[in-house]
Amino acid sequence: MSAAEEVEVVTEGQAVEAVPKRAMTLGYGTSLIVLAVLILIPLFVKNFIIFQMTMLLIYALAVMALNILTGGSGQFSLGQSAFYAVGAYTSAILMEHAGMNYALTLPVAGIVCFGFGFLFGQPALRLSGVYLALATFALATAMPQLLKLGYFEHWTGGVQGLVVTKPDAPFGLPMGQDMWLYYFTLAVSIGIYLASVNLLRSRSGRAFMAIRDNEIAASAMGVDVALYKTLAFGVSAGITGVAGGLGAIAVQFVAPDGYTIQLAISLFLGMVVGGVGWLPGSIVGSAFIIFVPNIAEGISKGLSGAVFGVLLFLVIFLVPHGARQVAIIAQQLAAKLKKN
Amino acid sequence: MPAIHLRLGAFSAALALLAATTTPSVAQKKYDTGASDTEIKIGNIMPYSGAASAYGVIGKTEEAYFRKLNAEGGINGRKITFISYDDAYTPPKTVEQARKLVESDEVLMIFNSLGTPPNSAIQKYMNQKKVPQLFVATGATKWNDPKEFPWTMGWQPNYQSESIIYAKYILKNKPNAKIAVLYQNDDYGKDYLKGFKDGLGSKAASMIVAEDSYEVTEPTIDSHIVRLKASGADVFFNITTPKFAAQAIKKNAELGWHPLHFLNNVSSSIGSVIKPAGFEAAQGIISSQYLKDPTDPQWKTDKAMIAWNEFLDKYYPEANRADASVMYAYIVSQGLVHVLKACGDNLTRENIMKQAASIRDYEPGGLLPGVKVNTSATDFAPLSQLQLMQFKGETWDRFGEILSGDVGG
Repeated sequence: MSAAEEVEVVTEGQAVEAVPKRAMTLGYGTSLIVLAVLILIPLFVKNFIIFQMTMLLIYALAVMALNILTGGSGQFSLGQSAFYAVGAYTSAILMEHAGMNYALTLPVAGIVCFGFGFLFGQPALRLSGVYLALATFALATAMPQLLKLGYFEHWTGGVQGLVVTKPDAPFGLPMGQDMWLYYFTLAVSIGIYLASVNLLRSRSGRAFMAIRDNEIAASAMGVDVALYKTLAFGVSAGITGVAGGLGAIAVQFVAPDGYTIQLAISLFLGMVVGGVGWLPGSIVGSAFIIFVPNIAEGISKGLSGAVFGVLLFLVIFLVPHGARQVAIIAQQLAAKLKKN
Repeated sequence: MPAIHLRLGAFSAALALLAATTTPSVAQKKYDTGASDTEIKIGNIMPYSGAASAYGVIGKTEEAYFRKLNAEGGINGRKITFISYDDAYTPPKTVEQARKLVESDEVLMIFNSLGTPPNSAIQKYMNQKKVPQLFVATGATKWNDPKEFPWTMGWQPNYQSESIIYAKYILKNKPNAKIAVLYQNDDYGKDYLKGFKDGLGSKAASMIVAEDSYEVTEPTIDSHIVRLKASGADVFFNITTPKFAAQAIKKNAELGWHPLHFLNNVSSSIGSVIKPAGFEAAQGIISSQYLKDPTDPQWKTDKAMIAWNEFLDKYYPEANRADASVMYAYIVSQGLVHVLKACGDNLTRENIMKQAASIRDYEPGGLLPGVKVNTSATDFAPLSQLQLMQFKGETWDRFGEILSGDVGG
């Protein structure tokens, strides 16, 4: 095999499978059912479960952000933990040092991360596939160290991190901090989800997908490839930043050790398990990265990593397209039943 | 006489009343969530996976110790249920696990959770919930803060007090020293460095001629040692974890650099540091210790060491006996049992903190002779004594008195 052929093979391998934009979302009926479940569950469960569900939504947001980048525009990133960390620290610093309202810190975190992602997208333009993944990987490994730097220690708290105060429910609403935070997160998540769905259906979304499917064809059709690629990075980073900010408020603590490469890999994993390019799958992917390690630990403490690996392998082997595949199979079954 | 009778009568009536009101409350069993007539639920969070997974041994040893305790009848007839979860040393996961333990498993307390960042993440939550966060497994100084955090208590001698002891030694014995410091770039390393500088006081700036830090992810620290040697220092303070400590000792010998070498007690294990580095290279190193190093031949026939070996033989045979963490966990488990025994039948969370804060001269097996556990309502640092020691031949030679360097949070 010649060198040129090898390169060809490599790029072939990375091409993300084209997903028609209609298939990227759920039908109205299913959406409403999912929404009703998400709204009703907290009324019946313990605070701890509510907290877990809040984390579920937060990670789902971060996974979805990666999904827009990879499933939408076909670019890889292993650096999402860095954007998540920047968002978390932005929120935490604004809340604790500037005394800003927690809700207001989120758009700021989003904008800061959008800028950060957009800027990082500029050099990343020259890279594609594995090389881009490596560049973002470097970002993820560098971030915890940057946060420890002495120059920023006054704001970041250095290695000790920052403790964040948890907000109470406003207007004297009769609910606990956890429940309020859950509904707040749910509202933010729904807003961002709807915006993302619309983005992918819009002109920009079509441009993203055109780039994903074939860059040369896209530029021939007049799509500004450079602009839309960096834009996808920016949007993805911005959403991840908001998720990071929410995460800081829910966990009440930020420290460099919370945002290592492990987080970036988890998010990547969540995307694959949820189904690349299928936005509703993000919540399934998020559930996988939150709950499966706990299940693995329950099976064997000493071998939790190995058990997790086996479970992951089973998922990839049985349903390589993740939750999307399961959903499609379920849909076909339902259609068959209707016919009968 | 009638007056006296009357008085006597009133007195005895009062006595009877007093007895009536106090006796039942003494005999009555009091419980908070997580304790009952038959069971005490203890929660624990450890990094069984991830970068700090080497410390997971502590959780495993504790689990084995409570198994031994239960087999011997438990505490006042109550068995210990030890629930230990993995947080992979990531603070968000620690919060999730702590909430699971407190709200879902309903434990009486969280005991010996490991690491400064993970414990920082849950400290506020634990204090809001008023659930004891007892004997945390970190040497940071901030756990000794009963005013702000009355539900959190440390355990081991903190890093700052240890480095203050070295600083005092240097000021006394080598007042004109030129000091080079190598530290790990995280909370642990920086805490040691701060204590050291505080200990040297105003002379810190002039005495420390070189300061260098490394990341825990670096494969080797050789280049740092070369740089420090070039500074011309004649005292070297080595704030490194075991793997790097062994590298530093070896590299020093290779380079022919022989400063007065201070090694933090985190890495004073003969089995995992000195032996791999070579006994020859380690001669004259000064360190400090509060527990008996199982790999030090001088304790071979020691009573506590024999008991420790018997415990491991029976309940945790696969343990690596050269690992100081195994001894650490053995001692802290005894500490918990001591507190629970002192609580008697009053197993409320409040009483646990009260008993934990009133330990007097307690000596669990495994501590150096003369080192004692002491706490009070204003002192939440149970262990604060250390003894200096110098490496000679194939063993640590302890010298001087038992030193104490309490630093508040």
